[in-house]
Amino acid sequence: MKHSKGNVHNIETFGTFDGPGVRYVLFLQGCPFQCKFCHNRDSWSTETNSLMSVEDVLSDFETYKAFYRNGGITVSGGEPLMQTEFVRELFKAAKEKGIHTTLDTSAACFNHKKAALIREILTYTDLVLLDIKHIDEDKHKSLTNASNKQVLAFLDLLETIGKPTIIRHVLIPGINDDENSIDRLEGRLMDYRCVDKVEVLPYHTNGKFKWEAMGLTYPLEGVPAMDKQTAKAIEERLNQSIRFNQNDALDKNYPSKPTRH
Amino acid sequence: MEAWRNFNGGTWQTTIDVRDFIQNNYHEYKGDDSFLVGPTEASTRLNKQVTDLLLKELKEGGVLDMDTDVVSSITSHDAGYLDKSLETIVGLQTDKPFKRAFHPYGGINVAKKALESYGYQVSDRMDEIFNKYRKTHNQGVFDAYTQEVRKARRSGIITGLPDGYGRGRIIGDYRRAALYGVSRLIEEKVAEKSRYKTPMNEENIRLREEIQEQINALNELIELGSIYGFDLANPAQNAKEAIQWTYLAYLAAVKEQNGAAMSLGRTATFLDIYIQRDIEEGRIDEVDAQEMIDHFIMKLRMIRFARTPEYNELFTGDPTWVTESLAGMGEDGRSLVTKTTFRYLQTLYNLDTSAEPNLTVLWSDALPQGFKHFCAKVSADTSSIQYENDEIMRPKHGDDYAIACCVSPMTIGKEMQFFGARANLAKALLYAINGGRDEITGAQVSPETPVYDKEYLEFDAVMERLDLIMDWLIETYVSALNTIHYMHDKYAYERAQMAFHDAEVKRNFATGIAGLSVVADSLSAIKYAKVKPVYDKESGLITDFETEGDFPYYGNNDDRVDTIANDVIRIFMKKLRKQYTYRQSVPTMSILTITSNVVYGLKTGNTPDGRKAGESFAPGANPMHGRDNTGALNSLLSVAKIPADECEDGISNTFTLVPTALNNDYENLASVIDGYFTKGGYHVNINILNRDQLIDAYNNPDKYPNLTIRVSGYAVNFAKLTNPQKREVIERTFHETL
Repeated sequence: MKHSKGNVHNIETFGTFDGPGVRYVLFLQGCPFQCKFCHNRDSWSTETNSLMSVEDVLSDFETYKAFYRNGGITVSGGEPLMQTEFVRELFKAAKEKGIHTTLDTSAACFNHKKAALIREILTYTDLVLLDIKHIDEDKHKSLTNASNKQVLAFLDLLETIGKPTIIRHVLIPGINDDENSIDRLEGRLMDYRCVDKVEVLPYHTNGKFKWEAMGLTYPLEGVPAMDKQTAKAIEERLNQSIRFNQNDALDKNYPSKPTRH
Repeated sequence: MEAWRNFNGGTWQTTIDVRDFIQNNYHEYKGDDSFLVGPTEASTRLNKQVTDLLLKELKEGGVLDMDTDVVSSITSHDAGYLDKSLETIVGLQTDKPFKRAFHPYGGINVAKKALESYGYQVSDRMDEIFNKYRKTHNQGVFDAYTQEVRKARRSGIITGLPDGYGRGRIIGDYRRAALYGVSRLIEEKVAEKSRYKTPMNEENIRLREEIQEQINALNELIELGSIYGFDLANPAQNAKEAIQWTYLAYLAAVKEQNGAAMSLGRTATFLDIYIQRDIEEGRIDEVDAQEMIDHFIMKLRMIRFARTPEYNELFTGDPTWVTESLAGMGEDGRSLVTKTTFRYLQTLYNLDTSAEPNLTVLWSDALPQGFKHFCAKVSADTSSIQYENDEIMRPKHGDDYAIACCVSPMTIGKEMQFFGARANLAKALLYAINGGRDEITGAQVSPETPVYDKEYLEFDAVMERLDLIMDWLIETYVSALNTIHYMHDKYAYERAQMAFHDAEVKRNFATGIAGLSVVADSLSAIKYAKVKPVYDKESGLITDFETEGDFPYYGNNDDRVDTIANDVIRIFMKKLRKQYTYRQSVPTMSILTITSNVVYGLKTGNTPDGRKAGESFAPGANPMHGRDNTGALNSLLSVAKIPADECEDGISNTFTLVPTALNNDYENLASVIDGYFTKGGYHVNINILNRDQLIDAYNNPDKYPNLTIRVSGYAVNFAKLTNPQKREVIERTFHETL
C-alpha cells in the first residue's frame, strides 16, 4: 500500500485542551464544514500546506514525549477525517508504540463509503472528541453549510462500538443558546452511554482576525462572545442529566468500555 | 537517653551523622494533602503583626530600624519577640523585629554605606574601631587586588563579587544542634582539633585556629539559648525543641554573618521524625504540628540584612535566600517526602505567599504522586516554589544535600562553596572584536589587540578572538576570587556556620556566567546571517551591527544554535579547570543571574544578535525575551540541553505559563516538570501568571502587596522590584497555548 502523507495545518506541542494530559496536537489541513464561527478559517482549504509522513509525525512526537506522560497524540483540524488514510496509518503506528490517541472531529466526512475505514481508525482510537455544532438540522445547515445527519450517525456508530467520547459544543449567543436547542441537545445526548461528558465551549471572537487577514467578511460580525458563566452552567446541566441517565438505566447489552490509560 | 527515646539506633549514635539518623527513623508519606490544617488563631494574629511590619517597612523606604553601635554577634542582643505569649518558636536577629543588625566584618565601608543610604549614621566608636584597629575583609581584598582585577571590576565585565560583603552560600548542618545538643558537638570539635598536630604547617595551623573559632561559636550558641531560656547544651527532647534548637543554630549564623545567601538546608524530613514521635506519644496533634511549622517559617520570613543600594540593584527585593530544600529521593529508593514536607508548603496558604524562605523542591519523577500533585497546586496558586532535578544532583551529592542560594547543591555539613558571582560573557564577546576596549567607555580593559577590521564578522575569526579574551577573563576572574576567599577566611570567617560542618570539607570554587543567550544568538547571527560591524568614528570601536538574513535563536530546540551555547560553556570550563584555585577548591560554574541580568544589560552595548545597548539580558540560562517563539516545550528543551556536568553549580531557568495554559489541571504542570527534568533540565522556577496581572501590579502596586513571583533562582515580592526590573519581568516570554 502506498504510504500517504498528511497535509498539516499546524502543530501544538503543548496541548492541554484536546484530550487528557499534555498532548501533541496535530491540526490537519482542510474542512468540508464552513462554520460561521470558525476560529481557524485558514484551515478550510485543502491546498497543500505542509506535508508530513507518519514517520515524520512520530519522530517529532518523540522529541517531546517526555512531557506527555499522561497525554498522547491528538489529531484535529480542519477535519482530520478528510485525510482518512493518513489518520488510519498514523493511529495504527501510534498504538503500536503504546501512545494514547485522541480524534478531534466534527464527523463532517462520515458517510457510507468511508464507514469501514473510519471504523478501522476507531479501533486505533482511545478517545473521540466529537463536535456537535447545532442539534437542529436546518440551523446546523445555516451555521455550517451542511447537514448534521452524518454527525449524529457517527455518534450512533460510537455508541454501537462503545468508544469513549467527549461531546464538544460551542455555545454561541443567539444561535444555539436558546432553551429549545439546549433541551433538544440534552434529550439527544442522554441516550448515549458512550458519552463520558460534554464540554460546552463559550464562543469567542479571537478567530475573527484570521477571516480579515484573508480578506473575508466575518460572518458572525456583531455576535458577542459567550458569557463564560452561562456556558459553565449549561455544561453542568448537560453533564448532570447524562450521568443521571447512565446511572439510572444500566444496559446489560452495552459494550464494556475499554480501560483508558 | 530520654531525648532519643523510641528512635531507631544506628551509626548516628556514635558519630555525628544526621543523615543516618534520618534514614533510620523517618516515615515516608505517600498520601495527599487532605490531612493539612489551616492556621491557628495565634498564627493568624502573629502573621498579621508581621504583615503590618512588612507594609510599614515598605512605606518607610525599605528599612524600619538599624543598629549603629552594636556589632552583631551570636550573643550581642537581648531576647526579642513579636508577642511572647503567642510564639511557639522564638528568636530574632536583634532585640526587635525587623531591626537590622550591624555587620562590619565584610567591610566597614559597605556597612557604613548601608546605614547612610537609609538615613542612619555609624557611631564614631565603631567607625574608629573598624577603620583604625580592626581591618575588615573589604580592606584586605583591595590591598591585594591587581590592577587587572580592578579594571575588570570597574568596567562591569565581572560584577557582584563578594569583596565588600559576606560571601554566603555556606549551609551549616543546623539539625546537629537538635539531635546531639551543643555540648556533644563541642566535644567532637575538640577531638577534631587534636587530630591536626603534625606537621604544624600553615594549613594545619589555620585549621586549628578555625576549629577553635568554631568551638567558641558553639559556646556562644549555648549562651544564646540561655538568653531565650533554653538549654541548648543538651539534645532536643521533643518536636518543639527540635525546631527551636535548629532555628537558634541557624539564627547564630545570621547573627554572625551578613552573607549573600544564608540558606537553611534540608530540615523538614528531619523535624518530621520529632513531630511524628510526639504525635504517636499523644503529646501533640496536627494543629499543634502545623502551628509550630507556621511559626518557624514566619521567623525565617523575618530575616533581614542591612544592604546598600548597589547591592539591591543587583539582587533586588531584599533577598536573604533562606533556601529550604524539600523532598528528593533517598538512595534506598524511598522518597524523603514526609507530612512535614507538606506542612512547609502549606505555610504558603496559612501565612499567605512569600518570597522567603526560598522553598525548593528536589524533584524526581519517582516522587509520590500525591506530593507532586500538591506541589503543582501550590505552584499554580502561589508561584512561590522552585524545582531542582534531584536525579542530577543526588548521584553527585548523595541524598542529604541542600541547595544554597538558588541552584547550588552541597552535601550538608560536608561541602561548602566559595561564591564567585559572575562574568559578563556578552561583554567579553564585544571585547573580543574591539581589541580589549570597552564598547561604552572606550577604556582599554584587557590587553590590547587590533580591533576587528573585516567587512563582515566571520564566525571562525570571532571564535578565535573570543577564545583569547576568555583566557584573559578567566585568569582575571579567578585571581579576584582567590583573593576574595583568602581574605574572607582571614577577616570574616564563618565560624558559626562552619561549626556545623565536618573539619575537612569539600570546597567548590563557584564561578558564574551571565549573558549566555545573548552570546549564543550573537554567534548564531554571525554564523548563519551576515553581520556587518558598524564603527564609531571617534573611538574606532565597533558599537553597532547591521544584520542581513535570518538566523536561529536559542530557545527553539534548534541544534544549530543550541550547540553554540554549549560550546561556549565547554570552552569556559576547560579554561577554568586549568587555573589554580584557592584552598584546593574544585572549579564549578553556574548559569544564573538572579536579578542582575538587568544591570548587566544596562552596562553592555549593542550586541550582534540585535539586542540594543542597555537592554536587559535574559535571566540565567533563559532564552532572550520573545525569541523562544516555537512553543513552551521547545524553550525548555533548549535549556535542558545545557550540559549539567559543565555547570555543576547550576543552570537556572525561569518559566512562565499563563494560568489557562494548564486548563485547570495540576497534573499538566507536574508533566511539564517531569518532562523537563527527564530531558536533563537542571532547575526551573515556575510562574503561573498573566501578563495583564503584572501590568496591573506595575501600575497599582498597592493592590498587590503580596504578589510573589519567581525570578532567576529565587522568589521575590513583585512590589519590591525596581521599575526596570518590573518591566523586564513583564517583557519575558509568557507561554500560552494557542
